[in-house]
Amino acid sequence: MSRASAKIEREKFWERNRKSDGYLLKKTVSNGFYKIARAILLFGLCFLIIQPLLNKISISFMQEQDLYDATVISVPRNFTTFNYKLVDQLSSYWTCLRNTVFVALLVSVIQVAACTLVGYGFARYKFPLKKFWFACVMLSILIPPQTISSSLWLHFSFFDVFGIFKAITGKTINLQNSMAPYIMMCIGCMGLKSGLYIYLIRQFFRNIPKELEEAAYVDGCGKLKTFLRIMLPDAKPILTSCFLFAYVWQWTDSYYSKLFLGKVKLLPKALTSLTGRLGDYLTSMYGPGIMASAAYEQAMIATGLLMTIIPLLIIYLVAQKGFVESLSQSGIKM
Amino acid sequence: MKAKKKKTLAQKNAIAGYLFILPFIIGFIAFLGYPLIESIQMSFSEVTVGNGGFSMRFIGINNFKKAFTVDPEFNRLLTESITGMLYKVPATLVFSFFVALLLNQDFKGRGFVRAIFFLPVILSSGVIVGLEYNNTLLQGMEDVVKESGSNSSITATLQSILDTGGMGSKFFGYVFDILDSVYDIAIAAGIQIIIFLSGLQTISTSMYEAAKIEGCTAWESFWKITFPMVSSLILVNIVYSIIDFLIRTDNEVMEKINKTMSMQMDYGFSSAMAWSYFLCVMAIIGVVSLILSKKVYYYE
Repeated sequence: MSRASAKIEREKFWERNRKSDGYLLKKTVSNGFYKIARAILLFGLCFLIIQPLLNKISISFMQEQDLYDATVISVPRNFTTFNYKLVDQLSSYWTCLRNTVFVALLVSVIQVAACTLVGYGFARYKFPLKKFWFACVMLSILIPPQTISSSLWLHFSFFDVFGIFKAITGKTINLQNSMAPYIMMCIGCMGLKSGLYIYLIRQFFRNIPKELEEAAYVDGCGKLKTFLRIMLPDAKPILTSCFLFAYVWQWTDSYYSKLFLGKVKLLPKALTSLTGRLGDYLTSMYGPGIMASAAYEQAMIATGLLMTIIPLLIIYLVAQKGFVESLSQSGIKM
Repeated sequence: MKAKKKKTLAQKNAIAGYLFILPFIIGFIAFLGYPLIESIQMSFSEVTVGNGGFSMRFIGINNFKKAFTVDPEFNRLLTESITGMLYKVPATLVFSFFVALLLNQDFKGRGFVRAIFFLPVILSSGVIVGLEYNNTLLQGMEDVVKESGSNSSITATLQSILDTGGMGSKFFGYVFDILDSVYDIAIAAGIQIIIFLSGLQTISTSMYEAAKIEGCTAWESFWKITFPMVSSLILVNIVYSIIDFLIRTDNEVMEKINKTMSMQMDYGFSSAMAWSYFLCVMAIIGVVSLILSKKVYYYE
């Protein structure tokens, strides 16, 4: 039955082709070529992007001798999970993981909450100097955090509000090595990429029709209630996007965590100090003078890197839609 | 008792608006505005950290002088990273626009391909970039491969062929640099692809249909419809790419500034370097957006 209909289709195709003076055939063939070329191109680019990841996975299961063996390319000859155990031991992986999960969650929730308020204010209210303050948001995106980091660092080391603490206790407070500075910055929308989140959230709220808001006012909702009950539920997709980005970027961030979260054990910091620890470990095991080879250090870093990003990959796979779809639907405009 | 004055609706709205953006105002003044002014001050002075505080002594433009004339690295790093940006940003833009066009088409497994292309957004941030950057093992392996086999890389061979043709070899040098760093570009293009894709999705299909009926080829409708419709996003993306390229963790100038601050504790000098760098970045962004904003087409 279906074969017969296919045959008829084909006959029709040739007939139609004849009628169109060969145009149909030409078009079908060129379309087919285009599709194949596109598939090859996309496959190549995808491979380009995930190849380093695959490479790291294979390296992380290799023993040291495999790294120097020219005949071993991607499948390890001496399969081992020792690298993972060693990284766990050197960087106290589970403590770091727990801390990182907690810190990233705390920071990203605070960041998104603060940025939602600000973004909503910019999108739905008219007030004097609005343009000026929005220019300030842009400025906070543009200024590299390094420009002001020295000043911030000194200020949090000798923290004071208008000299109040100094007047009472005679001393300034050293907030360095506690989480307080960074939390304060997040509340003040000055955390990692906060400006970007404000911008995105404002963009979203601007597109909500005014009638919705007016209907809420007519029905007796106050300003706060309108925000909480009407606007927030609508904004779920963009808030999830921002939350996911904040979470993931906070997870891998080494700059702010190095600057402000000095004492808290976090995965990115453990990762950067991994090679040093490896050297110490080898010295303590085999006596002084024993150094890790460059190749093995890299294998350890690859393993550590994988262990750092595996939770992120899982989050990404589960919430992939949340990362991208809402962003690409909200329509970013200047 | 004084009678309460009734406020107008506009005033009420203004107050509510200010209450909503209050966190930002406080944060901006405390953690950006004030430190910014102070770091300007620092860049003109010598900072000494003592017990229970720090003090500044005004020394004029000595820090800037030191950065540009005394320091052996700063000039070189600055010019290197700016020239690097000048060819990497356009390459990133073209690449991300091209990929966004591809990903906007309908084909099997589109979701999967999209997922892979956006993977760099989460993987090329923070500490990971820095670690990838000094991957000595890969470098070593590459060298070994180059020595053992007489077959050098495709781009190098092509380059030697084209070079003998006597055409502008410097230009080709840049082109091949881009080809060699296509991985870096693909990794850095995640957000730009998302932004372009979002723009492409807002173009209504009826425009293309109308163009097709009028006899437009695909090539024409690309230049007459697609390109103008996303032109405003090109500006957004250029600005984003410049910033992203210049302040990412593996940027050498940034590394130097960080090192000067945290290792040598020379706050004045590091502020001076950071400010000269920042002013360069702002100048570039300003010039680019001034030129482009006149050519951008806004569709409302």
